[in-house]
Amino acid sequence: MAASATTSKPKKKGHLLSDILVNGILILIVIAWTIPTIGLVVSSFRTRFDIQTSGWWSIVPHRAWQTVATLPVPEGVDRNGVMQIEGGQGTFEQFREGVQVGNTKLIWIGNRRTGTIEVQKQSLTTNTAFTLDNYKQVIGGKTFEIRKPDGTVETVKGDNMIAPFLNSLIVSIPATVIPILIAAFAAYGFAWMKFPGRRLLFILVVALLVVPLQIAFVPILKDYKTLQLNGTFLGIWLAHTGFGLPLAVYLLFNYISTIPRDILESAFMDGASHFTIFQKLILPLSVPALASFAIFQFLWTWNDYLVALIFLGSAPSNQVLTMFLANMVGSRGNDWHLMTAGALVSMILPLMVFFGLQRFFIRGLMAGSVKG
Amino acid sequence: MTAPLQDFSESAKPMGVLGKTGTFIARILLSIFVPIATFIVLYAGFMFLRDSNASKWVIAIVAIIWGVGGVALLYLVSNWFVERLGDAWRGRLQPFVFVGPAIAILIWYLALPAVRTFYASLFGPDGKVFVGLKNYLAVFSLEPNNPMMVAFRNNIMWIVFGATGAVVLGLLVAVLADRSRFERLAKALVFMPMAISMVGGAIIWNMMYSVNPNIGLLNSIYTSIFGRVPVAWTAANQPWNNLFLIVIMIWLQAGYAMTLFSAAIKGIPGDMLEAARVDGASEIQVFFRIMIPCIMGTIITVATTVIIFTLKIFDVVWVMTGGQFNTQVIATQFYREYFTNQNAGYGSAIAIVLLIAVVPVMIYNLRQFRNQEAF
Repeated sequence: MAASATTSKPKKKGHLLSDILVNGILILIVIAWTIPTIGLVVSSFRTRFDIQTSGWWSIVPHRAWQTVATLPVPEGVDRNGVMQIEGGQGTFEQFREGVQVGNTKLIWIGNRRTGTIEVQKQSLTTNTAFTLDNYKQVIGGKTFEIRKPDGTVETVKGDNMIAPFLNSLIVSIPATVIPILIAAFAAYGFAWMKFPGRRLLFILVVALLVVPLQIAFVPILKDYKTLQLNGTFLGIWLAHTGFGLPLAVYLLFNYISTIPRDILESAFMDGASHFTIFQKLILPLSVPALASFAIFQFLWTWNDYLVALIFLGSAPSNQVLTMFLANMVGSRGNDWHLMTAGALVSMILPLMVFFGLQRFFIRGLMAGSVKG
Repeated sequence: MTAPLQDFSESAKPMGVLGKTGTFIARILLSIFVPIATFIVLYAGFMFLRDSNASKWVIAIVAIIWGVGGVALLYLVSNWFVERLGDAWRGRLQPFVFVGPAIAILIWYLALPAVRTFYASLFGPDGKVFVGLKNYLAVFSLEPNNPMMVAFRNNIMWIVFGATGAVVLGLLVAVLADRSRFERLAKALVFMPMAISMVGGAIIWNMMYSVNPNIGLLNSIYTSIFGRVPVAWTAANQPWNNLFLIVIMIWLQAGYAMTLFSAAIKGIPGDMLEAARVDGASEIQVFFRIMIPCIMGTIITVATTVIIFTLKIFDVVWVMTGGQFNTQVIATQFYREYFTNQNAGYGSAIAIVLLIAVVPVMIYNLRQFRNQEAF
């Protein structure tokens, strides 16, 4: 399969045009796909002021007006009428907008009485004043200055992202680990044991693959209230376990049922029990499938917002990253410098897992199909 | 560890009646004691995890031990118990030791809730007054100000534009990448958004769509090239503002479609394509007459997966607009009615509607499963 991929690529002459066309369209799509993320990455390194006053794309060399000199307004001009300054002519309002003389531009800075004139020339420029302050703020906590009535200034540290980051880890690691063993046992049972109701129970698993989580929230919340699990980490681990199990069982079943029969039969001949076979043979052989499910479940739980919103709530001590970011969008929608840095912090781990273990992840995608 | 089969040799030894009953009673006591002890250990772990004030890290580590170790212990003990029962009972019970816990969790977390939610949907806001199907009538009410109708329309838009967009773009990238020298790089970059949370994606696109032309690339282009006034893309021009949310979903999901298509395309026998090309078929003919029919199965799988995904879409809408500006979908309406408006019955009815919407896919999946000879 992989070998045919390299040989099937057209290499004949006369395909040059189609080659250009193919690569051209592909590059366009890829650029369109990457630009939003690039914007995020670039903005997260820019100062608040830069973000508000110039687009992140201004880091690309572009022609822009640059101030080359600042002059006082000449004596004796009629500031309320038409003025002649440095060869430019116009009213105060026109100068405020900028008056062009040849390839220079004259701009009135400040108010009518005390303003100065800036001479600007167009030149190729880039905007590359980068900073790590945004990251320091989102990781270390943003400081707010509160001016008290008696004139003293108190600095207050805002919430930082360390706690939500750790909460996300605390949610997603057990929520990934707990279902694996349960699912592996079940997958083995379905694949290699005969029992009444086997088919029916597996049909249940397949049917539950696509069930929307929404139908589970209300009753489970009720049960959690009785068990006092609302807003606890245990509650969300169990919820993720429950919601992840159909895919886990299905995926692992697809893998475990393809293990050659003779391997198991010879083990049975030697008198091994199901339990021994599972533990000594099946588990080691299924490591790739277990890994792909683990990656799947980890990305799912790390990126999940809805389940955390319902079962963990938005109490600051329990906030996971997605919740923290969503609240940030709601409350400080204009702090782009912080939101972009925060979003990037939340993406680091999944992107690392993703690019590091892409092979397993893709295998998981192929084997499973649908997940609520 | 060795196989726990030792107790058969034991029973073959000759023994006095007293000794026999003695071991018998001891065995029974042991068989009762071990499961109870296991239960107590697991329960203690549960209580600790639920109520402990220890540092989060301690709790998390205990949780991992409890989760993995506890589950392993549960299996070990119930298996030990079953193995002591003799051949006939062991054969009957052991499968349930293996599948039982998973099935129990599935029933508690997904199967039973479907029934319970349906039951709740027959009651009023406080869950006490029986109202029959009134909630459903309200959901499907044709009154002009019924927000559910807008939600349905939006979900259909999501499916028509979003699912189609993701599938078509995924297929396009897969086909193009297959013939390009930058295949790996191109695929990795298109696939990357799959690792990003929808909340993160919402921030990225909030920026793209910002009304401030210094922040929003789209408005920057719109104002400087077309000389227009900036537009709030996700709020203005209803109902087409939905399209700007749908773009985010396509951006996130096309990579998934691409990956599956790419694998399917590589699975098409090379000589088949070569034969068609030798016979003078154009690339477009090869694509539509050979490739598409060959990967039809994958197309259906991908399409159903993406359609289900779009039916249940929540995060993107919730973070981007909160369901305002007529961008609400079924899932956000569920949240709004159940949690914000505290209308348990009505919210449950919406959840059931969502379930009914995926039933056709469920049936299709089951049919596919029945056709598999493996079972």
